This record gives sequence, structure tokens and C-alpha cells, in this order.
Amino acid sequence: MVPTHYYLVLSAVLFGLGAVAFVFKRNIITIFMSIELMLNAVNLAFVAFSQAFGKVEGQVFVLFVIVVAAAEAAVGLGIIILIQRNRQSLNIEKVNLLKL
Amino acid sequence: MPTPILDILWIVPALPLLGAAINGLFGKNWPNKIVNTVALSATGLSFVAALEAVREFFEQGQKLVHKEFFDWIVAGSFRAGFDLQMDQLTVIMVLVVTGVGFLIHIYSTGYMSHEGGYYRFFSYLNLFMFFMLILVLAANYVLLFVGWEGVGLASYLLIGFYFLKKSASDAGKKAFIVNRIGDFGFMLGMFLLFKTFGTLDFTQLFAKAEPWSHESWGVFGTFTVACLLLFMGACGKSAQLPLYVWLPDAMEGPTPVSALIHAATMVTAGVYVVARSHILFSHSETAMVVVAIVGCATAFFAATIGLVQTDIKKVLAYSTVSQLGYMFLGCGVGAFGAGIFHLMTHAFFKALLFLAAGSVIHAMGGEQDMLHMGGLSKKIKVTYWTMLIATLAIAGFPPLAGFFSKDAILGAAFQIPGGHPLYAIGLLTALLTSFYMFRLIFLTFHGKQRYDEHHVHVHESPWTMLGPLVVLAILSVIGGWLAAPSFWGGEDHFAAFLAPIFGGAHAEGEAALSEAAAHQLELVLAGVAVFAALIGLATAFWLYLRQPGKPAEIAKSLKPIYTTLYNKYCVDEAYGAAIVKPLLSLSTNVLWKIIDVEAIDGTVNGIAHGATATGDVTRRTQSGNTRSYAVWVVVGALTILIIVFWPAIRAWAGGAQ
Repeated sequence: MVPTHYYLVLSAVLFGLGAVAFVFKRNIITIFMSIELMLNAVNLAFVAFSQAFGKVEGQVFVLFVIVVAAAEAAVGLGIIILIQRNRQSLNIEKVNLLKL
Repeated sequence: MPTPILDILWIVPALPLLGAAINGLFGKNWPNKIVNTVALSATGLSFVAALEAVREFFEQGQKLVHKEFFDWIVAGSFRAGFDLQMDQLTVIMVLVVTGVGFLIHIYSTGYMSHEGGYYRFFSYLNLFMFFMLILVLAANYVLLFVGWEGVGLASYLLIGFYFLKKSASDAGKKAFIVNRIGDFGFMLGMFLLFKTFGTLDFTQLFAKAEPWSHESWGVFGTFTVACLLLFMGACGKSAQLPLYVWLPDAMEGPTPVSALIHAATMVTAGVYVVARSHILFSHSETAMVVVAIVGCATAFFAATIGLVQTDIKKVLAYSTVSQLGYMFLGCGVGAFGAGIFHLMTHAFFKALLFLAAGSVIHAMGGEQDMLHMGGLSKKIKVTYWTMLIATLAIAGFPPLAGFFSKDAILGAAFQIPGGHPLYAIGLLTALLTSFYMFRLIFLTFHGKQRYDEHHVHVHESPWTMLGPLVVLAILSVIGGWLAAPSFWGGEDHFAAFLAPIFGGAHAEGEAALSEAAAHQLELVLAGVAVFAALIGLATAFWLYLRQPGKPAEIAKSLKPIYTTLYNKYCVDEAYGAAIVKPLLSLSTNVLWKIIDVEAIDGTVNGIAHGATATGDVTRRTQSGNTRSYAVWVVVGALTILIIVFWPAIRAWAGGAQ
């Protein structure tokens, strides 16, 4: 039996990587992937807690997160395709028209 | 049998309102004829309705008619309804207002025919009739005040009728503002009466006030204060000292307006209110003395100014102020009936004087300065004769109307205790009145002509104008005969008619004398009055016809007096320096430049500037750079985490040490 805090440390490391990539990466697809990474890090923590406390709610939450992530992926990829079409680029720094 | 008019008394004021609405809303592009028809039928029908109402009033035995048409304001125990009433006093006022008003409407169709804004003029004139009728028919102080303010509005609109002329629009404003001062007092008076008696309905209020005696509240008790406040309103509306200054300026309005509003009807509203509230006034000797003294002083003061004015309408304006003073003198000495009697006869002859003056001005093509007239009697005969009749009436020659009414007032003043000085000043004023009126007649109609015949084509006015003159002349002659029999020892019909209202108020002074002695005294007083009028006439005749150079010489030798009179005692200038200037500088320097600009605008602008400055700082966070937003999200999430877990972090850090 793997102790719970192993899962939690792995989850924190994955979330940290995701957050750092989210801030520093320029390619929109990479940013998108880092968001997925953070979501899955949270999923891992949920499942770990669920197992540790013997409660099923954590797994239910994970299912919700997966559903929402799927929907978000559909919308997000659609937006990314439109950005690529309009600007012939996926560099996030070129997407800066929404300012004063 | 058709509905009695008394049951639908509201129709009397409603008709002119309808006329005003029709002309005012739709009359702009109508030809004069249609506007005439609407305006004249509105006032004419109103006159007929008033006559019918009066007939019914007599038929049912002259009992007070009190009709409640609808509730207007109801709050707790307070009720002010649209209630109209008719009693003997109302009868006189309604007939004078509608009758003289109708005649002046007819006259106006001729006088105003060449003027622009014809529909506007008649719309305002009808509006005035509406409010004036509300004023005299109202059965409580609140509704009376509606009419009171309404006639002020109509007066303002009509004084400023030629609103492109600066002096006219200024005069309108002056009238309005000066009246406001009086109205302020009037309202305070109403509040005090309501607080004391809990009602403002005439019948209930007077019934509650009746049992109180003067002494119960002392010399400066409630009655005195309430009466003086009401009288303050009356001073404003009826142009008494010290609020008379607006009336001479009001002559900027068209002449029919001067005749109707500023001579015959509206300015007498103050006298009407005092007479209507006579139960309150007779409870307060102090208030009565004030009314008498103010009236007497105004009568004399205005008459002296009238002596030297050269504008024909200004002379008449000061004469009006002076005659209104007589009416208040009459009320102040307890002869309310005599005051109302003079109000009625004055309405006839003063309206006639103004209309005749309007006819003269019309004939002279707009000239108002009497020094540029002269010798007109041959050219405009009807105007001359009617104006002469009015002059004889106002100067107090028997058997014309003014003689009887003025005699009644002077007689009453003579008979009250301590009234001799009032009588003496009143008599002197009568002499002055006679002088300045005949001065007007001689300068205008007699002597050499002092105008250029090539430029001025003197012509008699059309019959639409002369007709009302003739009717009013007849009324000026016979109007006083109602009281005439008393002169020969018989009954004074006018006083007897009003007796149910004023009761024995008139008898106070007479009771001291036996009937025969009283009659003899009256004859003597009348003789003295006529003698005074004759002196005035003779002086004017001698100065302006026999020795035309003399007035200028006298003016020169009495230069200080003449200049003071000519400049109207500099009252306007004094008010300007004492009240208007300080107010103006306070408004400009404090209220405008400090309070308004600095405080109010400063606050508003400061808030706006603050918002802009805050925005300038915060908008920098909206860089448009997506990654910076990402950083903000992470930073925010971290901050929230730290805040949430702060106690745990501290406990951990503490444990580590």
C-alpha cells in the first residue's frame, strides 16, 4: 500500500509544473496542455484523498472534472483553430488586441 | 326647470378657463375674428351665468350659498375642497369682475387689433378672469390663495406681454417678486389661522373666531399677528406702502390690461381679502389701526407723486395706488361696506379712465407723454366726454359715483375716536386727487396743441373701443346712487345690502350721535369734501389753462420738492440700494462664486476627477498581454491559499523554531 502523501507530493509536483508552464510558455497549445496537467494533478489528489478516507465523493468529483475538461477542450481547441486561422500564429504574445 | 346655476356655480369660472385653453392651444393661426368670438363668448357667457346666479341668490332670499364640488387636499383633520360660496360680498365682486371684464374684452378687440400675439393676449386675459373668479368665489383661504397666485401669474404674463422690450419683461418680474413678499406673509397668516382654529373654511373659521374677544389674546395676540400677516399679502397685491412699487411699472403692459388687472379688479383683491376676513380684523384693534394708517399714508403718498408725473398712464397708476389706500382706510376705520363700495365705484371710473387714456394713446399713435398732447377735446369728442365724467367721478363731485363712496369713507374716518388726523389727510388727498386729475384733463384735452400735426394723425377710436367707454361712463354716473338716499336722510341701500355680512361694524361710530345730528354732520362733511375737490379743480384750471408758464416757475422755485416728487421719492433707488444691491452682491460673491462654483461644482468635479485618476492607475493592469493575466491568476490563487492557510503556516513555523 503506497502511503497517501506520496500521491499528494506527486500531485503537487505535477500542479507546480503545470502552473509554471502555464505562465512561461508561449505556444497556446502548450499552455492548453499545462492546464490539462493542472486539472489532472488535482484529480490525482482527489482520488488519493478518496482512497485515504474511504469515501466515494472524491471519485465523483474526478468524474465531473473529466467531463468539464472534455467540454473545455472542445471549446478551447475551437478557439485555438480560429486564432491560427486569423493570425497564422500560435504565439500568445501576438494575441493582445484586447486592451486600451 | 333647468338646473339652477347656483348648483353648478363652477361654470362661472370654468367658462373663461375654457376660452383661455382654446385660444391658447389652438388660436395661433386663427384669424382675429375667431379668437374674438371665443374670448368674448367665454367672458360674456360667464357674465350671463353670474347674473343668473345672482338672480337665483336673490330669489332664495339672500342666504349664504356654500357648494362643495370636490375634495382637493385632505390630510388628517385638514380639508381644503374646491368649495365655492356666494354671499352679498361675492355678488358685488363677481358682477364687477365679469361685467367690467367683459367690457374690457370688447375694448381690447379694438385696441389690440394691430398687435402681434393677439391670441396670446386674449388667452391670458381669459386666464386672468378664471383665476379672479376663483379668488372671489372661493369658500376657503386655500382656494382663495389659488386664485390669488393665479391672478399674479396672469398679471405677470400680461405686464410682460411685449416681452421683447426689456423694460416690460423687467416690470413683469418686479411685479411677481414684490408680490411674493406679500404672499409669504399671506401664507404664514393662513398657517397661523389653521394652527389656531383647525380649519381654513370661511364659514367654520369665522364661526370659531367670533366668540373670542380682542382682549383674550392681548394687543399683539394671535388675531393681531394673523391679521397683520394677511394684510401683508394684501399690501403686496393691492400695492400699498411699502410694497406698492410694482404697480406703476406694471403700466408697461397693454392699456386694457392696466384697466382690468391693475385698476379695476386684481389690485382690489387685497381689499376683498381684508373685507372677507373682517371678523378677524375687527377682533384686533391694532391690526385695524395699522390698516387705516397704511391706507391713509399710501393714499396721500401716491397722490403727491401723481401731482408731477407727465406720463398719462403713470398718473393714473399712482391715482390707483392712492384710491386703493382710500379703500384700506375705509376698512381700517371699520367701514368695510364703504371700502367695498369704493372698490366698486373705483372699478367703474378707473377702468373708464384707463380705457379712455388708451383711446387717447391710440389716437396719438402711441404717445403717452402729456406734454406732447393738448387741445385734443375737439378731435376725439367721445373719449373726451367720457374721460371728463370719470374725472369728475374720481374727484368726488356729486352726484357721480366717487362722491358717495369717498364721502362714506371720509365720514367713517371722521367719526371713529382719534380719526380726525386720518380724516384730514384723506381730505387733503381728495384735494390733490382733484388737482392731478384735472391737470391730466387740461394738459391732454385743452390748451394749445403741443404735437406735430404732420406726424401725428389724431383720430377717434372705433366703436368697439368707444362702446365700453360709454357704458362705463353711465355706470360711473349712476353707480353711486345705491348709497344716495342716505344722503337725504334715507336708507343706504348698499350698506343695507352688505349688512348681513358686515353686521353693525359700520354703526360703531354713528351710534354715538343721534340720527339727526349724524345726518347733519354727514352733510357738512360732504360739503367740505366737495369744496376740497373744487379747490383742486380751480388750482389746476388756473395753473394749466390761465397761466401755462406758471407750473414750470413753481417747479423751479420749489426745485427740491419737485425733484423728489418727480423721482417718486427715490423709493425704487432706495430699495435698490438697501435690498437689491446687497442681495445681488451676496448672490454673486458668496452664493455663486463660493458656494456654487467652489463647493457644489468643486465636489461634483472632484468626484469625477477622482474616478479618472483611479482609472488611470488601474487600467495599467489591463495590458492586453494574455500571459500577464495568467500571472495575475496564479498570484491571486497563491494569495488566497496563503490567507486561508496562514494560521497553519504560523503554527508550523512556530513548531520549527
